[in-house]
Amino acid sequence: MSDIFILVEHRQGKIRDITYEIFGLAESLANQQGTSFTAVLLGHDVKSFADDLSRRAPKVLVIEDENLEHFNSVLYQKTLSSLISKYQPSLLLMGHSAFGMDLAPSLSVEKDFPLVTDCIGLTFEEGKLKATRSIYGGKVNASVSLRESKGYIATLRPGIFPPKMHGEIKGRIVMEASPLEGGVDVKKFIEYIEAPITGEDITQAEILVSIGQGIGGPEHIPMFEELAIRLGGTISCSRPVVDRNWLPKERQVGISGKTVKPKIYLAIGISGAFQHVTAMQGSDTIIAINKDPRAPIFSVADYGIVDDFQNVIPILKEKISDMK
Amino acid sequence: MNIIVCVKRIPKTAEADIFIEKDNKDIKKDNLVFALNDWDGYAVREAVLLKEKFEGEVIVLTVGPDESKEVLTRCLAMGADRAIRIEEPIPNDGRLIAETLAKVIQTGPFDLILTGVQAEDDGWGQVGVALAQILGIPHASIVTHIHIEGGKAKVRRELEGGLEELLEIKLPAVLTIQTGINEPKYVSLAAILEAEDKETKEMTLEEIGFSPREPLDATIDQVSFPPTGKRAEILKGTPDEVVGQLTEIIKRKKGS
Repeated sequence: MSDIFILVEHRQGKIRDITYEIFGLAESLANQQGTSFTAVLLGHDVKSFADDLSRRAPKVLVIEDENLEHFNSVLYQKTLSSLISKYQPSLLLMGHSAFGMDLAPSLSVEKDFPLVTDCIGLTFEEGKLKATRSIYGGKVNASVSLRESKGYIATLRPGIFPPKMHGEIKGRIVMEASPLEGGVDVKKFIEYIEAPITGEDITQAEILVSIGQGIGGPEHIPMFEELAIRLGGTISCSRPVVDRNWLPKERQVGISGKTVKPKIYLAIGISGAFQHVTAMQGSDTIIAINKDPRAPIFSVADYGIVDDFQNVIPILKEKISDMK
Repeated sequence: MNIIVCVKRIPKTAEADIFIEKDNKDIKKDNLVFALNDWDGYAVREAVLLKEKFEGEVIVLTVGPDESKEVLTRCLAMGADRAIRIEEPIPNDGRLIAETLAKVIQTGPFDLILTGVQAEDDGWGQVGVALAQILGIPHASIVTHIHIEGGKAKVRRELEGGLEELLEIKLPAVLTIQTGINEPKYVSLAAILEAEDKETKEMTLEEIGFSPREPLDATIDQVSFPPTGKRAEILKGTPDEVVGQLTEIIKRKKGS
């Protein structure tokens, strides 16, 4: 069987964590299949990345092209398509990230490779790829079989697979010529836009009172703000709260927001979507209040209260002020 | 400016009790409430906002069972002009749904196609970007802002950690819309009643000239409840007692 390819994800001069998470999985899949794995690095001035990657992967394929400096799905697809034709990998792995989500589905159609996205488990059975996915908001897992094919593409959920640290490997670095002839007009990268920070920095807080759409409406927010102040903490939230404009973006805990590690994370009315959990599971103590006993948040929390927050928070506010 | 929005009807599972079907292939759905996929709601609203600026027509498209008409009616009430429901190939996967949509979309002129980033139920996030490839047009996924000017769109894509990127993309294109891109508008009962008078066309796979390919790229073998693993220690008692325990925990952990 031919190699397993890992697409290296990097942005603003840094390899992204998801890449190292994929390495561990790729290695075990390669061992299972009696094959090897290759890190595919596309970019501009990426020599230092190649050195780093060669200590973790037996082979690093590098294409240097100034047009590959920033991620552009059209140019990445062209480049990968030509590499796939040349090397015929059995599987191409990438993150289920802003990167992979923009690239994997179109490449899969072009190459006629079956695609499975957002995997939390992946294995080969009799040459066919099988995946585990988490569906229905994390309430159910699905085992998925892909049809027989000479190649597959899979995107992996961030924060699931343990990252592979520096090994003793001395991998080969292979430079490939770029198949690109300049940039493209149909899709052009212009610039990065950083989120403005105007209020408090939630990554610095020791206690976070974090609210989700389960609080029902913005009218309850003053109560949570007051609770946060009494606890000596700060208010944060999950994505739906930002989408509904109840709180500003800078308060959002999640993959597309901030990653936080407070001493105490009090999650109220947050169901526990993986995009949220990934960014707060490093907290020392997690306490969840949710009226749905099956909410995925209770699998990450240390302590839980299954009740309507309105029965709990007003009493808590009173008790906390007694505490002082 | 003619905009096509592809939408999906999904079961709401967030606060529901979930049971698994006897054949272990899916969850039981007869006790669940169905609605328009949250992401698609933002896509429809965005299309209507663009139409208010540039005129033209907003067409909503779904591949789904008969019951999907109720979400099409909701989209019409939100301001879409007409709707098309295409018979659902059974079984199907994301690739097949994209091919079915493409078959219908290819028959008419359009400037822009919007979909949600992903569906709330199975979360593949595949259809929009695959559709663009099948149609041979560019795409941008996870879009949080659209500015259209002279046959091009400047769009913002959501990346990780609060970062976004600004892209320029040539139209026609497919954009997959992220939640929060706009402010949803309240849909009145009067609007829903009016929507029932708007045109909803129903098409069979035969009528669109599509015969599903076999085997599927992806098939669900079985579904199961996730392994429980670590579970939170649930505090029990009256609200007063529960809060008492909670206060003790907070005191202890705060000091540590």
